[in-house]
Amino acid sequence: MAVLVVADVHGGSIDDSTHKTVTAAGSIGGDVDILVAGENAGDAAAAAAKISGVRKVLHADDPAYANRLAEPFADLIVSIAGDYDAILKAAATTGKNVMPRVAAKLDVMQISEIVSVDAPDTFTRPIYAGNAMQTVKSNDPKKVITVRATAFKAAEEGGSASVETIDAAGNPGLSEFVEENLTKSDRPELAGAKVVVSGGRALGSSEKFEEYIMPLADKLGAAVGASRAAVDAGYVPNDYQVGQTGKVVAPELYIAIGISGAIQHLAGMKDSKVIVAINKDEEAPIFQVADYGLVADLFKVVPELTEALG
Amino acid sequence: MKILVPVKRVIDYNVKVRVKSDETGVDLANVKMSMNPFDEIAVEEAIRLKEAGAAEEIVAVSIGPEKAQDQIRQALAMGADRGLLIKTGETVEPLGVAKLLQKVVEEEKPELVILGKQAIDDDSNQTGQMLAALLDWPQGTFASKVEKTDGKLDVTREIDGGLQTIKINLPAVVTTDLRLNEPRYASLPNIMKAKKKPLDVKDAGDYGVDIAPRLEVVKVTEPPKREAGVKVESVAELVEKLKNEAGVI
Repeated sequence: MAVLVVADVHGGSIDDSTHKTVTAAGSIGGDVDILVAGENAGDAAAAAAKISGVRKVLHADDPAYANRLAEPFADLIVSIAGDYDAILKAAATTGKNVMPRVAAKLDVMQISEIVSVDAPDTFTRPIYAGNAMQTVKSNDPKKVITVRATAFKAAEEGGSASVETIDAAGNPGLSEFVEENLTKSDRPELAGAKVVVSGGRALGSSEKFEEYIMPLADKLGAAVGASRAAVDAGYVPNDYQVGQTGKVVAPELYIAIGISGAIQHLAGMKDSKVIVAINKDEEAPIFQVADYGLVADLFKVVPELTEALG
Repeated sequence: MKILVPVKRVIDYNVKVRVKSDETGVDLANVKMSMNPFDEIAVEEAIRLKEAGAAEEIVAVSIGPEKAQDQIRQALAMGADRGLLIKTGETVEPLGVAKLLQKVVEEEKPELVILGKQAIDDDSNQTGQMLAALLDWPQGTFASKVEKTDGKLDVTREIDGGLQTIKINLPAVVTTDLRLNEPRYASLPNIMKAKKKPLDVKDAGDYGVDIAPRLEVVKVTEPPKREAGVKVESVAELVEKLKNEAGVI
């Protein structure tokens, strides 16, 4: 039995979500290989080879893979799928985009966003925005799976897998890359951060968000998140959004400030290790999931907290 | 061009779902059902493309029970031109839905299929991508902006860390993200008019494709509950607890 993990490659390095997907792959059983596809992705392939528990790294280097376009990327995965019993990729934007295309080409029903491997053919995944958990057994001979990375521990470094160069699978020429506008930030990435400070609608404006949330985040070396209400109100860009339709995070410490705790937001952060909620409404649902709740005016206590952490 | 918009009947997003005590699924009895919110955004986008002169006809299609006609009528009331219900009493997985839609595309020959990025019931996020794969068409997923220029589509996509713009050939499949548009409400006169718009009903079996489920649902359970913790009185107490009790700062 062999399992393929498709790495998330960005700017020549591999994301931590790849390490977590390797752990999920390992619990299915069998040999674990990693596919690293990109342009000038030699360093990423070398980094993948150091992940513990990996048999070999397959490295495909071609401009067609530079921007992770779904059509050529899916064709590449399909071209090597014959050697594997299961193919996994983290359920980040690229995985969500590419893997169902792979599954349909292989005539397989994908299992999306698994949070546990219960048996080599049985997996659990959230449905209804995490309000129910569904356990499914796949009857397909080959499994195509996306993995909710936050549900798995990262595989350690220390491996020494071989790196094998494989041929690109061509580009069907159906799509072309135009541009990417990424939010520039010196703060850690939301998805993998150890501490997340999130602000909600109660901040009232983008200026107040900047004035109250950012200094606290800087003090804690934290990533900054927001509720959908704060994003929709235009306080911060949409990639700050934590929730079922935004990012799912599970940091060591999550601080929710001025967030009421709508179901859709809770779905994105309730697996955090420690949750702190600051809200002046003591009936706010966020307090039902918070380990530590402080009922207070955020404009008074957030600066105090920032100061106290000095 | 002609646009095909698949819409799904799901539990209304404001309803708190309840897991059945026998763990076979969630309770659908006497629960308010609505059009999947991401599909509403797709209907709206199709109408805007038509209003901008980039499309001539919009066909709304749903795969589901007889009652899914309600959701098709809603799409017609918003501004779609005609509807098609593919009736089935069974749950059809995204792969099966994509196979049925492939047949509909072969019949209707649309230049664009636009649908929600995911349904808020099973949260699979697969159907659009699978349909594009089966048709060998390009896909513009998680779209926050769609523009037709020079016979191609410019699609701005919501990706981790920001936005990506791609140019895709037509015909194509586009899936919608939240910020693509704000769907309109259907006016009463338009709701009345929609009752007269054509709505074909066919049976899933008529299409001759294999839609048998590949996944067996072993069980559906409540998510693990998180216990509420304690309320602290002051910032000083909070800092003390985070340092000494939780050990996270």
